[in-house]
Amino acid sequence: MTPEVPMPTTLTNPDADTAVRVRGLVKTYGNTTVVNGIDIDIARGETFALLGPNGAGKSTTVEILEGFRHRTAGEVSVLGTDPVHGGLDWKARLGIVLQSSNEIASHTVREQLRYTAQLYPNPRRVEDVIAAVGLQSKATSRVAKLSGGQRRRVDVALSIIGRPELLFLDEPTTGFDPEARQEFWQLIRDLKDEGTTILLTTHYLDEAAQLGDRAAIILDGRIIDAGKITELGGPEARTPVVRWIDPDGVEREQRTLQPAALVASLVAEGGGAEPNRLEVIQPSLEDIYLALVRQTKGDLNDNA
Amino acid sequence: MTTPEVIRGSRAAARRVPPARRRSIIAVGFSRIIYEILGYFRSPDTVFFTFLFPIIMLGVLTAAFSSAGNVNPVPGGPSVSVGATYLPGMVAAGMLLSGMQGLAIEIAMEKSGGTLKRLGGSPLSPVSYFIGKFGCVFVTGLIQLTALLLFAWAVLRIDLPTSPEAWLTIAWMFPLGIACAAFLGIALSSVPRSGKSATAVVIPVMLLLQFFSGVYLQFHVLPTWMQNVSSIFPLKWMAQGMRAAFLPDGFKVMEQGEVWNLGWVAVWLAVWLVGGIILSRLTFRWLRRDT
Repeated sequence: MTPEVPMPTTLTNPDADTAVRVRGLVKTYGNTTVVNGIDIDIARGETFALLGPNGAGKSTTVEILEGFRHRTAGEVSVLGTDPVHGGLDWKARLGIVLQSSNEIASHTVREQLRYTAQLYPNPRRVEDVIAAVGLQSKATSRVAKLSGGQRRRVDVALSIIGRPELLFLDEPTTGFDPEARQEFWQLIRDLKDEGTTILLTTHYLDEAAQLGDRAAIILDGRIIDAGKITELGGPEARTPVVRWIDPDGVEREQRTLQPAALVASLVAEGGGAEPNRLEVIQPSLEDIYLALVRQTKGDLNDNA
Repeated sequence: MTTPEVIRGSRAAARRVPPARRRSIIAVGFSRIIYEILGYFRSPDTVFFTFLFPIIMLGVLTAAFSSAGNVNPVPGGPSVSVGATYLPGMVAAGMLLSGMQGLAIEIAMEKSGGTLKRLGGSPLSPVSYFIGKFGCVFVTGLIQLTALLLFAWAVLRIDLPTSPEAWLTIAWMFPLGIACAAFLGIALSSVPRSGKSATAVVIPVMLLLQFFSGVYLQFHVLPTWMQNVSSIFPLKWMAQGMRAAFLPDGFKVMEQGEVWNLGWVAVWLAVWLVGGIILSRLTFRWLRRDT
């Protein structure tokens, strides 16, 4: 009689086009389940955004992929390696921007980058990276003396100095002014053009919309929706909304794929009069995200 | 460290860059020594409380107690100045501060500030990290020792040892003591809960130890119970060993048992060294995989 041995799913030979592959990821602390069965695939060269409210399990998931935490169950392969066994050569292929840190930093920007560059087999040039993050004028300043946004750029610079194949960005633009964010986005686009795979977690949905190819929304440790940024939420959620105040003073709202036709009919009904406070809204990623989160939370409450 | 321009430019313009090798763990560690020393001397707290402290205390104590005249334990034997009786204790304190206090505070702050986590996600081996830390401790400790002796000799006019035996004692005690202190510093670094509290937790412990071990107070005037308590800890033995090296032989009558007991100094420091290695191995977390 042959004992029934479950076939282990092999992680040693993943698709060469896949940078990150996650199946059934679970993480529990005591009785609390923080991550509850997540699947993720990130193709090489892709920018993938992980969205979700605080405490949804985003950071835990990312830290498991980075090798900072052990998982309770599931399979994880990052650049073909299980992060639990990731050695220095594996780490040399990653770039990690952690959530904002509070480092005592008595070295200058240039020193910090120069010493970090030595860790990698094929680092970028220090001066190129300083220029890429726009810190030329601060190259000889001690990191401790920089503003919050400038220090964040140092974090980013340190993460890309080693020419990573896969870049983890955890809330990278927190504390940036609008101009700095625009510049940062351009930097990320440049990295993407060079073929860098990027896993981005962010609270700023415009950031995800600007940079992401695909996204997943995590809520209560589960992925509630995933797909191309332009398709997230499904066609229903993306239907334009027309809002106006009808002649009786009542706020009206209607979803329609022909907003212009609707507006025209409103004008016709009103005998040519302009509808009051007329708006045609293309739902932004933020609207779609909020609707999804609200809807899922509602479902959970109904089931409870 | 830079890749030749040929490789980066023409040949691999479109293709992937040929796999270069990471620098060896040892080479990275040695370059980190310079990095750590830079950080050490740029931290005002470290420069004052760790580097300059024994030098300042030697100046203060010598100025305060010199009016009492020279010290002469054996009637008719050699006498030395008050400053000279404090010097060995300050040398020992320097070893303790450079090794234990410096590392304990620094690593605690690196842990709470996120530096250790960032390094844990980078291809830096903990071995390289510790080569950097230990190298920094040895180099700054040696500079501190030199500065202390220069200050004692040039400013306070304290005679330094002339016999080769005395310098030989210093030559083996210094590395042993400072290595022992460094490992204990790594172990102690896991005690403070935050970087902010690190100084507040570490410095008082170190100060107490220095008072008990005959650094700021002459060891022979301490009550027996205090002498016995301090005999458990390594600092007392460092100070005793340094007294053997710096003071005339006749001064051993002021020690416990009226002997220098260098054998026990070596044994006890070795025991603490091993203990420190085990403790730091058990307590140091490079990556906090799970909290």
